[in-house]
Amino acid sequence: MKFEISQEEQPTVMVAPAPEERVLDVRGLDFYYGKTRALHGVDLPVARNRITALIGPSGCGKSTLLRTLNRIYDLYPAQRAEGQILFNGENLLNPRDPVDPEASGSGRPRVGGDLARLRARIGMVFQRPTPFPMSIYDNIAFGVRLQRSVGKAEMDEIVERSLTRAALWDEAKDKLHQSGLGLSGGQQQRLCVARGIAVEPEVLLLDEPASALDPLSTAKLETALLELKDSFTIVIVTHNLQQAARISDYTAFMLMGRLIEFRPSSEAFVKPETEAMRDYVTGRYG
Amino acid sequence: MADALMAAMVEQAPRSKGPRGAPGSGNGDGLFHALCFSAAMVLMATLAGLLVALLIGGWPAFSRFGFSFFTSSVWNPSGTPDNPEAYGAAGPIAGTLITAFIAMLLAFPLAVGIAVFLVEFCPRRLAHWVGIAVELLAGIPSIVYGMWGLFVLAPWFAEHIQTPLLLDLDPDGFWGKLFSGVPNGANIFTASLILAIMVLPYIATVFRELLLSIPPYLREAAYGMGCTPFEVVRNIMLPYIRRSAVGAVMLGLGRALGETMAVTFIIGNSHALPHSLFDSGSTIASTIANEFTEATGDLHVSALIALGLILFLITFATLAAARLLLGREKL
Repeated sequence: MKFEISQEEQPTVMVAPAPEERVLDVRGLDFYYGKTRALHGVDLPVARNRITALIGPSGCGKSTLLRTLNRIYDLYPAQRAEGQILFNGENLLNPRDPVDPEASGSGRPRVGGDLARLRARIGMVFQRPTPFPMSIYDNIAFGVRLQRSVGKAEMDEIVERSLTRAALWDEAKDKLHQSGLGLSGGQQQRLCVARGIAVEPEVLLLDEPASALDPLSTAKLETALLELKDSFTIVIVTHNLQQAARISDYTAFMLMGRLIEFRPSSEAFVKPETEAMRDYVTGRYG
Repeated sequence: MADALMAAMVEQAPRSKGPRGAPGSGNGDGLFHALCFSAAMVLMATLAGLLVALLIGGWPAFSRFGFSFFTSSVWNPSGTPDNPEAYGAAGPIAGTLITAFIAMLLAFPLAVGIAVFLVEFCPRRLAHWVGIAVELLAGIPSIVYGMWGLFVLAPWFAEHIQTPLLLDLDPDGFWGKLFSGVPNGANIFTASLILAIMVLPYIATVFRELLLSIPPYLREAAYGMGCTPFEVVRNIMLPYIRRSAVGAVMLGLGRALGETMAVTFIIGNSHALPHSLFDSGSTIASTIANEFTEATGDLHVSALIALGLILFLITFATLAAARLLLGREKL
């Protein structure tokens, strides 16, 4: 990367208005892969029922940041995070910290260090479509059954509603009991979205969900995400600046493990504040 | 056995169509091709020769006793006028199948447990050492297992399991019948136990490899849904390897069917059909090992060779099934 300005001690440029109601509030987050430091004091507010896009060149730490939010990095013993990630005022990195009573959503049930419960409330869709080796119907029913027991009629309804909201119902309704692996890549990805929202999480994390999709599938996915915004908070990592501009409400620009600029997307792409972000969105590197 | 498995796994990789029609093959290549071809043919010829030899050798027994060779359990090598020489293989065949089946029944859940623990829950450094221990277990010669079985396991089993059961259970009840037998510890069940210990490392190692082959993104997706580790293992990982796992079990079964030394030590060597779990019995392999040196009559030798053919066919079918099942996973 040709880009080498000193980032040390340079504060994040936060341009008002800061999001009203924060579901997630990342404060001073450091992240380590073994001894390699991948995030440096990241602050990120995530507004409720909004789409927040994380952009930046490859290796800037945006996927790493996303993977801290549901603590999926915990599967790998060498990875660790330090700092605070407040979810409804509760620090996910240290469940013993007192809950911030001022925080939005502080009245909601606590996670209390239970990672399975956390991940049921902060769902994730990965870069590669990851349907489970089971039928389309069961892919969706699976997650729901983990949370509670559901009758057949209600489950049918949940499956239909989830697939509809993920803009997949019309294509999948005739083959619900066929393997999810038989769908096309774009359909599989929407199945993963449907699966993620079927358990009614508060937040949905998407890690470059469209990077393996053709433009038509991408458009369908984006339409689905915009519809979902009313019910869920969405954080999306994307390489596609147009996509970020099209669907997101807030944009966070990251570079070399730091969050450089955070702004409403309506302004972020028109008049970036920092030189680094200006260079990035005008295609000077990346 | 492990090689067969590797071969089966490697076979998954897409292969080019083969060098036969490759352009520009010079003389050196032609010679090389011929050498490799003949090496492969030697193997095929050996296999065919073995099969033919077994067929010819076993033919007198087959033609003399016909189908009753499979159904009769009379095994009488020393013919007398009122009790003529006769051979029926039902006892050894049943013993072979029963011991192998019980062994797999015991080894399978343990192997799954070991593999899941090593892959999913065990700290990495400990997993390394446990993995080595499992592989060492696979390397112990079978005669060592046999001696341990005869001198340690059998007496212990007779004293602490068989005798109390014999005293406590109603001999005419279901359990009493199932566990009846001379309390000397040399029986179908202890032989199965030894077999289970012997096949355990094979299956566990294959299971571990299969679990490690599960793509990490699938695990992450499952955890990302809010699954607990148990739910991930049960609902995602085990179903994912299901078909290959059956293949692994078949490989273990193949080994259990043909195991000779350890079983010969501890099974009790009776040709009758076993009447209970704790009854003494025999397997095809143990019968052959026990009697070959003493087989003087032509018919006796032929009967043993016929047994060999039966074992060959059973094992062949098992391994063929394993090959078919292994390496057909796809996502």
